[in-house]
Amino acid sequence: MTARTAPLWQFRQPSVIPGFGLALGVTLSWLILIILIPLSGLAWRSSALGWGTFWTLATDQRTINALRISFGTAFVAALINVVFGVILAWVLVRYRFPGKRVIDAMVDLPFALPTAVAGIALTTLYAPNGWIGSLLTPLGIKIAFTPIGIVFALVFVGLPFVVRTVQPIMEEIDKEVEEAAATLGANRFQTISRVLLPGLAPAVLTGFALAFARGVGEYGSVIFIAGNLPYVSEIAPLLIVIRLEEFNYPAATAIAAVMLIISFAMLLIINMIQAWSRKRYGYGA
Amino acid sequence: MEVRVQNIRKEFSRFPALNDVSLDIRSGELIALLGPSGSGKTTLLRLIAGLESPTEGTVYFGNEDASRKTVQQRNIGFVFQHYALFRHMTVLDNVSFGLTIRPAGRRPSKDEIRKRALELLDLVQLSGLEKRYPAQLSGGQRQRVALARAMAVEPNVLLLDEPFGALDAQVRKELRRWLREIHDRTGHTTVFVTHDQDEALELADRVVVMSKGKIEQIGTPDEIYDTPNSPFVFGFIGESNILRVRVENGQLWIKEHSIGVSALGEADGPAQLYFRPHDIELLDGNGGCIAGLVAMTRRVAGTRHVELDIGAANSKVEIELPPEKVTSDHSRIAFRPTRWKLFRD
Repeated sequence: MTARTAPLWQFRQPSVIPGFGLALGVTLSWLILIILIPLSGLAWRSSALGWGTFWTLATDQRTINALRISFGTAFVAALINVVFGVILAWVLVRYRFPGKRVIDAMVDLPFALPTAVAGIALTTLYAPNGWIGSLLTPLGIKIAFTPIGIVFALVFVGLPFVVRTVQPIMEEIDKEVEEAAATLGANRFQTISRVLLPGLAPAVLTGFALAFARGVGEYGSVIFIAGNLPYVSEIAPLLIVIRLEEFNYPAATAIAAVMLIISFAMLLIINMIQAWSRKRYGYGA
Repeated sequence: MEVRVQNIRKEFSRFPALNDVSLDIRSGELIALLGPSGSGKTTLLRLIAGLESPTEGTVYFGNEDASRKTVQQRNIGFVFQHYALFRHMTVLDNVSFGLTIRPAGRRPSKDEIRKRALELLDLVQLSGLEKRYPAQLSGGQRQRVALARAMAVEPNVLLLDEPFGALDAQVRKELRRWLREIHDRTGHTTVFVTHDQDEALELADRVVVMSKGKIEQIGTPDEIYDTPNSPFVFGFIGESNILRVRVENGQLWIKEHSIGVSALGEADGPAQLYFRPHDIELLDGNGGCIAGLVAMTRRVAGTRHVELDIGAANSKVEIELPPEKVTSDHSRIAFRPTRWKLFRD
């Protein structure tokens, strides 16, 4: 007698939802067309360089500095956005005040505005002879044409990512949870720090990841305010463009490949943290 | 701890939710606030908790005026209908929460907190689940965590807002019995809100029936069921029939027929007769009685419910008979209420 055993893993689970094959087919083709082919082109070009050449190009001091500036400023900007984005979302969700809709709409502006416009506007404001810059220069604070300026530009473009991911989760918070904390003796501060914010952590993390990813790839707004001094305020995307203009395709490819690897690794880690928290808490963005 | 509510009035934007409500809750008592939705029962519970503040009136905890205290200072335990657990915390952390946030002076040591939380989890029969997250528990388990969390702070009074409302019937019955057991073991003064009369009558020492922002009647389950003091309570608790009758010479009449019920000492005039379907006796139909044709019969568990069309201006009447009494449609049945109450318009 042979016992019939179910296969350990079935490619297709029996399901009442139709169209699995079609949906997966479309999804995969689309991903391949839009993401995988361009990226594998990049991988193929860089593999053609050979390991030695690739390493020399990738560890060039100017490249390393550019990468450090790109990832560093994007990280700092995303952190700032988390703090102020959460506060902004809180205000929008919790309070009613005149002009709330206008502010809500303004949050999306960085999505829509050509980033170059933002960059030029910020530069005019923060340049040593600009409105704000001229006030800061006597104090010895320089914003435009330094990495601080880059952070400012990235804060601007990244803000809506945090607000828009945190806002819906915040709206879902049950008033009863806060009341429960209060009946147990928690004051306002304890309720926020021990109950509300930890509950938002997965959404905040998503917002951070999106803002960070956007910051790493940002080009338009940054190049105006950065000053683009090699080794000091030159971002990696700009260095790629510079190499391309020099017809130095191998160097451009190498920088791009390094950026790709680092970004992918970081996003993967963040995604894994999210999957873990979702499994544990049964929710999360 | 004793809780006294005195002449409480609560308005929500000019709309009165509670109107001059007074209630004394004895120490160690398990008391139910029962009423239809909109009767103000949840508002009353939240006023005791301090989650709402009264427009007028006072709440006393023991001899102390609690009205001016914040919800944090009142030291109460509150259980919400939808559990309101902290979903990013384990079961153990949820239960410990009330103790861990105390200021350093009043906070027990970490080991002590853990020990107490585990004891409470044992009390609510959730031992071994302390490392789980709320999302990994069933509804009944979550509500038990919520109760353990509320009891951890050793509250003056335990307040439960429709605690079993979100659970299915089977679990609800089980938890009901279990809550009674816990109450008998711990002796917390407990107030719970429900719209389910079975729950209130089965569980509570005393039941407070509320309607339209007022208390209709306060009494033991027996008093509430056997001697309702208003048409509302009679109609709201259990099944009831209402007949328009006339009192004349100490007898009750429907049109020109005596119904065989003597009401000595009642003033003459029209009245409403209230009686329960099972408080009747069958008659042969020759003397004074209420008689009607069988319109429908239903077998409900251990009894047979018979709907009678008694004609006249009165609508249908439902009576309960033993199941062995088989009736066919359109057969004639005569009966007389044995326990009843008259209310005047």
